[in-house]
Amino acid sequence: MNIIVTVFLIVGLFFFTGGSIGILRFPDFYSRLHPAGKCDTMGLLFTLGAMALNSLHGFSLPEVLTALKILLIVVFIFITSPTATHAIVDAGVRAGLSPWLKKPHIDEDLI
Amino acid sequence: MDNVFLYAGIYLCLLMTLPLYRAVFGPTVPDRMIGVNAIGSKTTVLLILIGAIYQRVDMFVDIALAYATLNFIAVLATSRYFQKMKGLYDSKTPTQDNPPGERVK
Repeated sequence: MNIIVTVFLIVGLFFFTGGSIGILRFPDFYSRLHPAGKCDTMGLLFTLGAMALNSLHGFSLPEVLTALKILLIVVFIFITSPTATHAIVDAGVRAGLSPWLKKPHIDEDLI
Repeated sequence: MDNVFLYAGIYLCLLMTLPLYRAVFGPTVPDRMIGVNAIGSKTTVLLILIGAIYQRVDMFVDIALAYATLNFIAVLATSRYFQKMKGLYDSKTPTQDNPPGERVK
């Protein structure tokens, strides 16, 4: 059980690392939302799954309830993280933030 | 096993500095919102890890759930607030008055 918990923690921290570096390195606000959403959902799924497995030593009622509460956090984040990402991108679009374009002449052509 | 949680927590704390850079020096306002949201979701994991280190997961689970809710509500409130401020940036891009299908000269 300890080995499974450690492996899940390491996989979750790997996703958190990728998400954080992506937030730092991506060129644009709209593309920075992509690693932010990934790091929220996948990293939280694996790390909190590891913690739920760790709290299940025996199968007594308080331990099962704690594991269920941790899984409830996972379900809550799975609902709210895409909603928060969508709200942020909606604010960016309505405030008139321009997307990043690779070639400048395309920009002049379109606008 | 406690050492694994301790090192994971320390690594998560160090990882929080990368979105913190985006939240402090972010060029635009929604960039800062992304950074704050990422830090909040890492803090939820960090609270459960602290509970596992202190052997009180049952207490820290409630704190983590409340923190996740607060993080979500804060992001929704700030995004709703900055949605109202049209023309915050140089606006040659799709806005509500200028939808993405029809670009004006």
